[in-house]
Amino acid sequence: MGLKRIKSTLPPGSYYFSGTEAIAEGAIATGCNYFGGYPITPATDIAEHFATRAKDIGAVFIQLEDEIASICSLIGAAWAGAKAMTATSGPGFSLMQEGIGYASVTETPLVIALVQRPGPSTGQGTAFFAGDIMQVKWGSHGDYQNIALYPWSVQESYDLSIKAFNLAEQYRVPVILLSEAAISRMEERIEIREEVAVFDREKATGPIPHNLPSETVQPMPVFGAGQKVKSAGGSRGYYWGGITDMEAQAGVVARANDKILDNRDSIIEYDSYYLEDAEVAVVAYGFTARSALFAVKALRQEGKKVGLLRLITIWPFPDKLIARVSSEVKKIFVPEMNRGQVAGEIMKYTCSDIISYSQTNGDIIHPDTIIEELRRIL
Amino acid sequence: MAKDLALYFRPEFRTTPQAPLCIGCGHGIILGLILRAIDQLKISIDDILFVTGIGCCGWIPTPQFSADGMWTLHGRALAFATGAKLANPKLKVVAFLGDGDMADIGGNHLIHAARRNMDFTVIQGNNMIYGLTGGQVANTTPQGILTSTTPQGNPFRPFDMCRLVDAAGATYIARYAVDQPFQLLKSIKKALQNPGFSFIEAVSTCPTQFGRRNRFDTPVEMLKFLKIKCVTSKQAEKLSPEELKDKLITGEFKDGRN
Repeated sequence: MGLKRIKSTLPPGSYYFSGTEAIAEGAIATGCNYFGGYPITPATDIAEHFATRAKDIGAVFIQLEDEIASICSLIGAAWAGAKAMTATSGPGFSLMQEGIGYASVTETPLVIALVQRPGPSTGQGTAFFAGDIMQVKWGSHGDYQNIALYPWSVQESYDLSIKAFNLAEQYRVPVILLSEAAISRMEERIEIREEVAVFDREKATGPIPHNLPSETVQPMPVFGAGQKVKSAGGSRGYYWGGITDMEAQAGVVARANDKILDNRDSIIEYDSYYLEDAEVAVVAYGFTARSALFAVKALRQEGKKVGLLRLITIWPFPDKLIARVSSEVKKIFVPEMNRGQVAGEIMKYTCSDIISYSQTNGDIIHPDTIIEELRRIL
Repeated sequence: MAKDLALYFRPEFRTTPQAPLCIGCGHGIILGLILRAIDQLKISIDDILFVTGIGCCGWIPTPQFSADGMWTLHGRALAFATGAKLANPKLKVVAFLGDGDMADIGGNHLIHAARRNMDFTVIQGNNMIYGLTGGQVANTTPQGILTSTTPQGNPFRPFDMCRLVDAAGATYIARYAVDQPFQLLKSIKKALQNPGFSFIEAVSTCPTQFGRRNRFDTPVEMLKFLKIKCVTSKQAEKLSPEELKDKLITGEFKDGRN
């Protein structure tokens, strides 16, 4: 219960992993013991790696009949006490949306690794794209918050896989670990440390409450322990009696939103480079942030005052951070492998000059492209 | 409610059960029979995970049964149950699913759970109609029956659920109507003891939605319809294929040993 340090499952040292292997190993390091999945390029490698490791680590691996069954089985497993995850890509993630809504309202901790591919629809299985930023937040109906993290390297795929589980357990919320083919297929050296910091959910003892609780994140009961748990997608959730339908509805939405938004200062993680005296800030995430850093370094050599803000937490959105950075620079440049999904979000929190650069041809955004675009606005 | 079964209800539901079942709904009989089966087999209700989807049948165990309950998404109950069972194999899973919930939207999960021979007891409350949404055609609605979405009569054949799960690999299969409570009770007890995928089609009545558009709009008329609709496997042996065309054959089709 709570944050604790445990020994790494892998012996400490250097490893040469792909992004997908790193995600699977990160999950294993936190004690993930249930993986339910369905094959889809380019996310399948995560399931395959977990499947080869499942027996050794005493975990359940099952390939389900579709992605709907995958997400639903994760929720069942989580309520039976497991730390559960799946991995998918666009079409599969679309199928999972109703289940994600159920997980949100029932406050079910789980992790979905979403390795994005170009869309809409089937799109292309092996090309580069980051078009699911908004779907990650708004995919299911209703009004809720979840958490989404976006690594930019293989090392960070491992580290954020661990963090995804920790946040899921701490806030009882679905966490989406974003990736795309460039990060997931890339192979890099990573360092596995001696110990891993792991957060295990607080377990409820005794019978479950029948009214909406006052605190936002409640200890979680478990099936099979005589706690007479009710897990339900209705607004009353597993609370029943003593309150009106309207109170239950308002309470469920408040809890699904407030527990994340009220704690966003401690959830949000980011990185910055050369921002101290920058006149133009590049805001980027995932693989594009690598190209952006290369571009920023090259332009700094020429004495250009440009810096990089790298978003690691995409949701909850770093609103206060954006407001602060934009007040310190003249312009914000946002290169994205979509039609400006994060650029649009940034506009909600600043009146500064936002320049969105979109590339949706399935290629990565090359550093030269960013250098060229920055020269135009510097 | 029989007094000796009151302990299986959460305290707040002991005097006024909340299941919003209409007058003459057959699902109340199924509700009583599952509790009797649990009581007679002396199974601890704390060991059971009740799983339901969305529909009238979902209201049988939830929220009133004093046990772990998962009231899931429409059609997806068996997918949720698969995860829970694999994560904790000690859970005794009992699922209540309606005809639309289980075989229309959830058909894929049903056949795959049966194929995997998951140790579930699945009870289908087959009222042959979408009751909760107001009387639309279901996959089990007999051909020719009037519903709110087939005002000229259902043009399609219904599913034979027992044959479907048989082909998918279920190891206990039975069909009884709610006017055969003793056979149904015996069957539920067998299903609960069968280690594997057990399926019972409990043919139920819906005077409110099925009956009123088809001149069976009282509970008695609905029960009379069941008497005409269902024949036992013994009776069926003596009937010609033509006579059996619109009948539902009741009985035990697989008992775990074959």
